[in-house]
Amino acid sequence: MFEEILIKNIKVPESHRIVSYLRNGGYTALPEALKHSGETIIQMVKDSGLRGRGGAGFPTGLKWSFIPKDPTLQKYLCCNADEGEPGTFKDREIIEKDPHLLLEGMTIASYAIGASKAYIYIRGEFEFGAGRLEGAIQEAYDKGFLGKKILGSGFDLDIYVHRGYGAYICGEETALLESIEGYRGQPRIKPPFPALKGLYKKPTVINNVETLSCVPAIISKGPGWFSKIGPEKSPGPKLFCISGHVNRPGVYELPMGTPLRDIIYDHAGGIRGGRKVKAVIPGGVSAPMLTVKDIDIAMDFDSLAAKGSMLGSGAVVVMDDTTCIVKIAYIVNKFFSHESCGKCTPCREGTTWLTKVLKRLEYGEGREGDLELLDSLCGNIFGRTFCPLGDGAVMALRGAMKNFRDEFEYHAKNKTCMV
Amino acid sequence: MAVMLKDTTLEKIRRAMKCYPDKRSACMSALRIAQLDDPENRLTEQAFRHIADLLDMTPVSLHEMAKFYTMYNLEPVGKYHIQVCANISCSLLGAEHIIRHIERILNIKVGETTQDNKFTLSTVECLGSCGTAPMMQINQEYYEDLTEDKVGSILDSLE
Repeated sequence: MFEEILIKNIKVPESHRIVSYLRNGGYTALPEALKHSGETIIQMVKDSGLRGRGGAGFPTGLKWSFIPKDPTLQKYLCCNADEGEPGTFKDREIIEKDPHLLLEGMTIASYAIGASKAYIYIRGEFEFGAGRLEGAIQEAYDKGFLGKKILGSGFDLDIYVHRGYGAYICGEETALLESIEGYRGQPRIKPPFPALKGLYKKPTVINNVETLSCVPAIISKGPGWFSKIGPEKSPGPKLFCISGHVNRPGVYELPMGTPLRDIIYDHAGGIRGGRKVKAVIPGGVSAPMLTVKDIDIAMDFDSLAAKGSMLGSGAVVVMDDTTCIVKIAYIVNKFFSHESCGKCTPCREGTTWLTKVLKRLEYGEGREGDLELLDSLCGNIFGRTFCPLGDGAVMALRGAMKNFRDEFEYHAKNKTCMV
Repeated sequence: MAVMLKDTTLEKIRRAMKCYPDKRSACMSALRIAQLDDPENRLTEQAFRHIADLLDMTPVSLHEMAKFYTMYNLEPVGKYHIQVCANISCSLLGAEHIIRHIERILNIKVGETTQDNKFTLSTVECLGSCGTAPMMQINQEYYEDLTEDKVGSILDSLE
């Protein structure tokens, strides 16, 4: 029987309050962690096999181990709560309903890497969530879980909330750092990586909300417990957010590797009106879409990568057989061009052109050669940009055009939609 | 300085400055606070000058910030700023109908403000509420699982 750890607390009333969290066994992993050295905690997280839940799936313990051990250096932890990948609404669940789970995870992570200051970068639209976090932080200070000499140890930590104000790109980790420092959120060139030169040029770890929220259970239940859930190479529980044409959209905590079919039909109650699945975006709009023939795929990092797509943020967007893929491609691409930060030319100009061509295809003004033009634009963006935003735009479009090229051709030739 | 920020606004900005090791890092908070306290829900030239002074920045570098981040308003916005998500999950469930319906009720187009300055209508990218699509945000509040009927009564309820 699979045991929830990430959303187990959210169903009780006042779940965001520290009294509820304590009643449910919260803040027991932190004193346990403080008994060990930071290095031991890092090793435990490595042994658990936890991989980043923001989208890239980088091994979390390994990321922490890159932080220099020099105790005289100021270090930072940044929690990426800039949830913005279309289709994604999982971190919001934790932020609004169980903020102490995140704070406990952040405190353990900060202890492990030796950070005495931590920031939560939350998107500006999450006003309610930011209020919940600020309230929870105050409660944690009052109870001695934050501040000086936490729980009588020698460890100090302050956590601050930094609000974004409307820029998807700030979910990219170096853009996020720029934004905290009071600059436009434009990605930095890497190397140097944030582990060596991050926030204020100091060693910094940036982790997603869900990633950090896995940490308390790894400490209290043990890395072995965590690593036995799901596939060996990407273990653990995972929050899947399912939206679109399903009967029961929502956030579901399931073992990594759960088949896509089970997520759609068992958990989300199947397709509205008993219709058929046409396409599924498995991991937020940057992830290339799958078709109904891939519906039995295991939802984990490696299985999806092997299919040429990605798990991304675990945002599953389901489209039924009434969906026009050209229209979806246009909406998705318009998003990327709107959110391009403008720093590098291939992304700034390329996504703008893609949107222009997709718009005319969608509105019945397509021209001969438009599909080839899209292909060539994709080739001039992919792999040539500073950060993954441009790549994401291309992967999304290529996924749509690979699986549904006939629909794009139909739009170009007949100036209308075949659906 | 002609028009100063109010003392209560300044107090909030000073509190935000304590979160960072340098002044500049507080500029996003300062702009947000000034906008929220502005009667027209926007950033004025006076606000830029005053904040620049406070944070040892130039007004133009604050302008750069306000132009980059889409939630800062440089033009006046109606008392209620309606922002409807037009991204993928909301579109799949009829965001377009919701937008057209609001346009009809308010007799304005996306991007416009009603003559009485009560409502401004915008479309926005994903607001992270896809499980309860279609959705919109009015000022700081989320309204989810929208239908045309529901939208009508929400707009009616706003004074």
